[in-house]
Amino acid sequence: MSAGEIRAVKTREGERTPRAGGVSDADLLEMYYYVRLARAVDERMWVLQRSGKAAFVISGQGHECAQIGAVFALDREKDWLIPYYRSVGSVLVKGMPPAEIFLIQLSKATDPSSGGRQMPGHYGHSQHKILSTSSPLMTQFLHADGVALAAKLRRTGEVCMTEAGEGSTSEGDFHEALNFAAVHKLAVIFVVENNGYAISVPVSAQMGLPDVSAHAAGYGIPGVTVDGSHILDVYTAAREAVARARRGDGPTLLEIKVPRLTGHSSDDQQDKYRPADEIAAAKQHDPIPVFTEELRAWGVLTDANEREIANRVRREVDLGTEVAETAPAPDPATATRYVYYEADLPDGRPR
Amino acid sequence: MAERRYLDAIHDALQEEMTLDERVIVLGEDVGLKGGVFGVTDGLFGQFGGDRVIDTPISESMIIGVSFGMAANGLVPVPEIQFADFIHPAFNQILSEVARVRYRSNNDYGCQMTIRVPWGGGVHGALYHSQSIEAFYAHIPGLKVVVPSTPADAKGLLKAAIRDPDPVLYLEHKKLYRLVRGEIPDGDVTVPIGPAAVRRPGRDLSIFAYGLMTREALAAADLLSHDGIEAEVVDLRTLRPLDKTTVLESVARTSRALVVHEDNRFGGFGAEIIATIAEEAFAHLDAPPTRFCGPDVPGVPFAQPFEEWFMPNPDRIAKAARAVVSY
Repeated sequence: MSAGEIRAVKTREGERTPRAGGVSDADLLEMYYYVRLARAVDERMWVLQRSGKAAFVISGQGHECAQIGAVFALDREKDWLIPYYRSVGSVLVKGMPPAEIFLIQLSKATDPSSGGRQMPGHYGHSQHKILSTSSPLMTQFLHADGVALAAKLRRTGEVCMTEAGEGSTSEGDFHEALNFAAVHKLAVIFVVENNGYAISVPVSAQMGLPDVSAHAAGYGIPGVTVDGSHILDVYTAAREAVARARRGDGPTLLEIKVPRLTGHSSDDQQDKYRPADEIAAAKQHDPIPVFTEELRAWGVLTDANEREIANRVRREVDLGTEVAETAPAPDPATATRYVYYEADLPDGRPR
Repeated sequence: MAERRYLDAIHDALQEEMTLDERVIVLGEDVGLKGGVFGVTDGLFGQFGGDRVIDTPISESMIIGVSFGMAANGLVPVPEIQFADFIHPAFNQILSEVARVRYRSNNDYGCQMTIRVPWGGGVHGALYHSQSIEAFYAHIPGLKVVVPSTPADAKGLLKAAIRDPDPVLYLEHKKLYRLVRGEIPDGDVTVPIGPAAVRRPGRDLSIFAYGLMTREALAAADLLSHDGIEAEVVDLRTLRPLDKTTVLESVARTSRALVVHEDNRFGGFGAEIIATIAEEAFAHLDAPPTRFCGPDVPGVPFAQPFEEWFMPNPDRIAKAARAVVSY
């Protein structure tokens, strides 16, 4: 695709995604496993919050096929991911097991992202090449540029994928990041998960464009919009963007339209600003039944392997929860550590 | 020993560290062929090439945010912010990302980065080319702030900053660039981040200063000496971590303290020094610890009489010192 070209894809309601070439049954079933796992982990996060064990939840429900389709296009060992607070599915695919997500959710001492220092949802873990993330919106797109610039200068061949919501595209850092990445043809995939709301503010009050991807033209890079209910649409667009980045042809802005199936967070009452019929309509766009139906139509998913996946997901979520619930809470005596460099990690291993 | 200007010392430190460590990358506005608007990076582009001396768009948040990502992926960025006055769009990246990543990730990630920032007044720069920004940044845990006043310190502190595993805000005073020359030790010599330096011993009061004001305080001490007042001048050099030991030992010797800075008085870095002395050296004091600072207006006004009115100078510092001594 040429620079500046915008390929907008309308929501294809009721339409089946043709099965894209080059995706094996095994890959499809792995994607499906992660989609189901992401939803089950997310639902368990809410259970932990409602039962008073977790203080806060920020959810990725509705974003699963978008995230898993996109991150699946990476070389998961070699490439980088800089996620955001809804990236439950993304970090699972990138290598975080459910137990790590629950350690983060319950703010335990062994929470691999922050040792209980950050709110839940702030994912990061060097072992999986997931860069540490903060709460101010959109700072991470610039970090992705830096990771990719280092990859280019060091000739490592790494690609960096970073994710954000459409709400944060109103921040200046979004535009500075696209501009710089375009100048240096950086190997970045800028993923914007457009769920229609910046907490309570609808897209119509956020921007004058119908699609976030249209911004790409202003920076001379490709912008693509895909429907996040169809995982193979997402995957093929991401795969193309990754290939382009890997070739040294520069960044892509990939907008994925998704439904937001929960409130903004556990502290939000979305019925205050979102009409009931719209909340109901969002549920009709839940990507998981769409993907399930597609897999059945393609003859990939059967009663037997669906049951097998469901059982595996349940087992892993239960086990992860148990690991996290029995892990120690952080000791306030450690709260002054790591303001500046220290040679050893919390468990005593050298850094 | 070679005699070099303050500006040359900074240049030399960059050149040496880039030679010693290929991970060190300079980036910023006009740092390439032009060599920076002050000439600090002159020649580096020719020597190290465009991959290691990178001209950026005019985009300060980008400069710091990209540097953060570079540091995460194995490089040692040395971003330049062209004027301290224009660093504010990058405040969020510095405060929320650069300074916090080690703490928030429980030591999983760090950020080895030195942010070079030309700062300070007395250069006909008016409101937006004269600012002091140290109080904002010295307030931030996770960040180190250094403020050299001599060529030797300019070089040694920059070399130490680039090698430091934590982020360092390196404030280089614009007026000192071509104003001062000084001996610089030969060879690979660093100046440790942290320790203050007693530039002039004295018995009657301690004057604490940094950057250009160290020079002004030393000139004030000469004036005071004519009146029989012997001022000790302490060059703080590093604002964070603060060398409390040297500050408190000096006050223990002289029993009087005057802090001088060109930044606005209210909520300035001087307040931290005064509070430290009040809390930890109260029993030694013979006079109220006192600040002499830039006035509380929103910037240095441009016209010559305005600028002269704004900037602390040796006469006015000496006057403030006499008031402390005669309390």
